[in-house]
Amino acid sequence: MSQSGFNRREFLQTTALATSSVALARGLRLPQALAADAAKPASDTMPVTLKINGEMRTATVDPRTTLLDVLRERLGMTGTKKGCDMGACGACTVHVDGRRVVSCLTLAAMVEGKSVTTIEGLAGGAELHPMQAAFIEHDGFQCGYCTSGQIMSAVALVSEGRATSDANIREFMSGNLCRCGAYPNIVAAINAASGRRV
Amino acid sequence: MHPFTYLRARDVQQASALAAQDRGTELIAGGTDMLQLLKDDVRRPERLVDIGGLTGLASVEATASGLRLGALARMSDVADNPAVRDGYPAIAEALLASASPQVRNMATIGGNLLQRTRCPYFRDTATSCNKREPGSGCAAIGGENRLHAILGGSAHCVATHASDLAVALAALDAVVVAEGANAGSGRRIPLVDFHLVPGDTPQRENVLQDGELIVAVEVPAAALTRRSLYRKVRDRASFEFALASAAVALEIDGGVIHQARVALGGVGTKPWRAYEAERALVGATPRSAAFEAAASRAVDGAKPLEQNGFKLELAQRVVIRALTTLGA
Repeated sequence: MSQSGFNRREFLQTTALATSSVALARGLRLPQALAADAAKPASDTMPVTLKINGEMRTATVDPRTTLLDVLRERLGMTGTKKGCDMGACGACTVHVDGRRVVSCLTLAAMVEGKSVTTIEGLAGGAELHPMQAAFIEHDGFQCGYCTSGQIMSAVALVSEGRATSDANIREFMSGNLCRCGAYPNIVAAINAASGRRV
Repeated sequence: MHPFTYLRARDVQQASALAAQDRGTELIAGGTDMLQLLKDDVRRPERLVDIGGLTGLASVEATASGLRLGALARMSDVADNPAVRDGYPAIAEALLASASPQVRNMATIGGNLLQRTRCPYFRDTATSCNKREPGSGCAAIGGENRLHAILGGSAHCVATHASDLAVALAALDAVVVAEGANAGSGRRIPLVDFHLVPGDTPQRENVLQDGELIVAVEVPAAALTRRSLYRKVRDRASFEFALASAAVALEIDGGVIHQARVALGGVGTKPWRAYEAERALVGATPRSAAFEAAASRAVDGAKPLEQNGFKLELAQRVVIRALTTLGA
């Protein structure tokens, strides 16, 4: 893809832009929330500085901006996924100061100065984190959309000392939904990466 | 999301003064409920004051006189605290049965008590709701009400209180400590008096005054806190709100119940302390006959709605199961 000078994401972005201009040209209604926001004066913006995967990053944001949107829309770190955007699915799970949280229910301003680890920060260079390798080895995903959240949650679960049984792994992974139903393989991957004998 | 400005509070007094100043100011700490309400346009503050970083309010202290939970202690930290787990198991169990691990790492003890109802009509601005918009009517009473309250409802509102923690705290005689803008203005409110039944003012959910903040929750030491338990029944095994739950505690000596505490969740418009059930237990031997009598008293005055008659039976079974487990 790099040879063509045009990757999948850029293709999707271009297509999305084209689609939305068609929608506007036809006079279709914008989603209600978007239209309401556009009609209002912009809130004051504020600078936010975060340490993301060890690197200091600053963005000037509307106070309403979530950590998830800063990562994806402002810093181009699209490994963290937006699923429900309401804290129910776990696709946006990241670590803040070493603890797993859902970035969709976190305002960027609330984590000013804190350390954020995303899926992009797990691997050591070309070497995958053991949990990433275990997910591949045990086929812990299908479509892959929930996977970065699953892996971030799984890494935290092991460091919390919760990988003590299949039942415990299931209970403490309950904040991450997988609609492909890869759950048994996710449990197997976490067992393997935690070194627990099964 | 309605536009708002964001300010980090310096201390409790400043946060309180700002919140008392105008109704457009709201406080945010863990943010897990607030962000959902902001995104759903249910809350439309002009200014958010962040108290999440205030120092000195996140500690968990267990002493001979009892337990003190700072308002900003995170749910996961309280649940994992050995003194809570050993001395007040109903509290640790209620917390672990709440939300998801990620949300428990974010959400605070104070925020948990102040979380808004999960009534879908409250969270949908396209429908009528007296809690969200006083006087607009209650869409739940004649609508989808399988999840709603059978205890403490009124003609204006039948929304349940969603907290598991509050049910355990109600059973264990907890006290909410609140502070206003004046330093040292601390007010102590028994948890059972903290939340309000809806009556004809469902928009008023607790007794906090303008600008008052929860700074801590205290649980007095008692012989029965160690023998306490929380049981929760829900539509799926984890990461779900209660259909019915019970926090119970027993002090048994010489084969006789000396003291008992029973509180219900998922069925009441507020955390529901069942005093009559407790009276039925004191002096009885811890056997199924006493547990069944207590369970039936626990739902005294229940008024099921069209779709939630099952909660009357379910709540009693949860109480019996909890007491049987504890009394065994």
